[in-house]
Amino acid sequence: MSFATRLHSNAIGWLLPALVIAGWEIASRAGVMPANVLPAPSAVAEAFWRLTLSGELVRNIGVSTARALAGFAIGGSIGFALGLANGLSTISRGLTDTTLQMIRNIPHLALIPLVILWFGIDEEAKLFLVALGVFFPIYVNTLLGIQSVDPHLVEMGRVYGMDRRALFFRVILPGALPAIFVGLRYALGIMWLTLIVAETISASSGLGYMAMQAREFLLIDVVVLSILIYALLGKLADSLARLLERLSLGWHPAFQNG
Amino acid sequence: MTAASLAAARSFVATPVRPIGSVEGQRAFAFRQAGKRFGDKTVLDGIDLDVPAGQFLAVIGKSGCGKSTLLRLLAGLDRPTSGSLTFGVEEEGHSRTRFMFQEPRLLPWASVVKNVEVGLTGVASGAEARQRALDILGEVGLADRADEWPSVLSGGQKQRVALARALVGHPQILALDEPLGALDALTRIEMQQLLERIWIAQKFTAVLVTHDVAEAVALADRVVVISEGRIALDLDVPVERPRRRGSVELARLEGKILDRLFG
Repeated sequence: MSFATRLHSNAIGWLLPALVIAGWEIASRAGVMPANVLPAPSAVAEAFWRLTLSGELVRNIGVSTARALAGFAIGGSIGFALGLANGLSTISRGLTDTTLQMIRNIPHLALIPLVILWFGIDEEAKLFLVALGVFFPIYVNTLLGIQSVDPHLVEMGRVYGMDRRALFFRVILPGALPAIFVGLRYALGIMWLTLIVAETISASSGLGYMAMQAREFLLIDVVVLSILIYALLGKLADSLARLLERLSLGWHPAFQNG
Repeated sequence: MTAASLAAARSFVATPVRPIGSVEGQRAFAFRQAGKRFGDKTVLDGIDLDVPAGQFLAVIGKSGCGKSTLLRLLAGLDRPTSGSLTFGVEEEGHSRTRFMFQEPRLLPWASVVKNVEVGLTGVASGAEARQRALDILGEVGLADRADEWPSVLSGGQKQRVALARALVGHPQILALDEPLGALDALTRIEMQQLLERIWIAQKFTAVLVTHDVAEAVALADRVVVISEGRIALDLDVPVERPRRRGSVELARLEGKILDRLFG
C-alpha cells in the first residue's frame, strides 16, 4: 500500500468521529442538548485550552501516563516471564498454572477496597492494580503463543543442531510473537481502564482525579475533556502496538501487502 | 589430500570427482539386527542393512511398515531398542546426517536465505554462511528469491528451499522422508531430476523413503522393500544414468517390486 492510500484509509477512520463532533456542536448551539448535560465541543476545547495554559492538563496527563507505564512494565514483565517459564517447562506450569488460573477469575477491580486498606491512596495502590490487570492478558497469551508453536518446526530445529538458546530465539519466540502481540494490545486496553477506575476512586493527581474534582465543582466541560483524552491515549497506545506488530511480524501473511 | 582436491570437495558442482566417501567401499552406515519397539508394538525387527558411502538407497513399503522409523533412527531422532547402528568415519567440514521432511518445515519468520542458513547451524555463520546459502540457492534455481518470505513461494519452491537447507552443510548422509509426496506430478519429476543432479555432483549417501515405486527405481542404485518391520527384498538397480523414465528395464524392476509388495 502506498503512503497516499494509507493516508487515505486512515482519514476514513477519522471521518465518523469528526461528523459526530460536528453534529454535537450543532445540537448544542441549537439548544437541543442542554449545556449542563453535555457541553458543546467548543466549550470542551475551551476547557482544554484553559487547562493547558495553567499547566494542569499536562501535569495530570504526565502523572497518569507514568503510572500506566510503570504498572504496565511491572505487570507485563512478570506476566511475560511466567508465560515463558510455564510455556517452556512443564514443572513450572504444573506448579503455578492452577493458582494463576484461579486468581485470573477474580475481577481485579473487586480488589479495590482491599488495595485501599493495604496501600491507602498512594501510588502503590494504582501500580498494584494496573500491574495485576495487565499481568493476565500478557501471561495467558504468551503461554498460549509458546504452546501453539508448530512442534514440527521445533523438531526441525533440533535435527539441524540448534541448541536450546538458538531454538528459543529462532523458533519458539518468533512463533509465539503473534499471540504475544494480541496479549499486548489487550493489556494496553486494560491498563487504561484500570487506571481510570483507580484514579477516580482514590487519587490526589492524574486524569481521573482531575475529572472527579471537576465533578465536585460541576465543571462538565472538564469531565468530558478527561473522557476524550482517555479515548485519545487509548488509541495512541493501540497505534503504537500496531506499529510494533507491523515492524516485527512482516513475515506474517496477514501483514503483507499492508 | 592436496589443496586442489580440498577445494574441489568444498565446491558444490564443478568436478565429477567424488568429494565425499571418495575411498571405494567405505561404509556410510550399517544396521545390525536393529529393532525398534514402541511399548509392545514392534515396528522394526532384525534389520540388517549395510550401505556403502555414496549409494542412493530407496526404501519402499506400505504405510505403517516402519520405513519412516528406519529413517528416524538414521537421523538420530530415535534410538534402536535392540541391535546397533554404526556410522562410517566422520569427515571434517561435513555435517553427518541431514533430514528432509515430508513438509518443507521452513521458518515462516525467516527469509529464504536465512532458512537455508539454518542448515549451517554450528558449521558456519555470518557472511560465510550467507554466501554458502546463496550459492546453494543458485543450485536449486532460487537465487533470485533469497530475500523473500517463504509464504510467497509455491509448494515445489518451498521443498527446493528445504533441499538447499539440507544440503548446504555438505552432509555425508541425506535422509529424505517422502519429501516429494505432496507435490504435483510434474513438479515431482522436476524435483527428482534436481535431486539426482545434485546427488551426482555432491555424492552424498542418499536414503529416500518413498511409496512411489517408479520414483524409487528411477533414482536409486538399490531398493529395499520393508514389510512388517523386516526387509522383504533388497534389490540392486543396475541401470546406467541418465535413466529414461518408462524404459523396459525400469518397468521390469518396478514390476518385480510391486509383486513383492502385493504378491
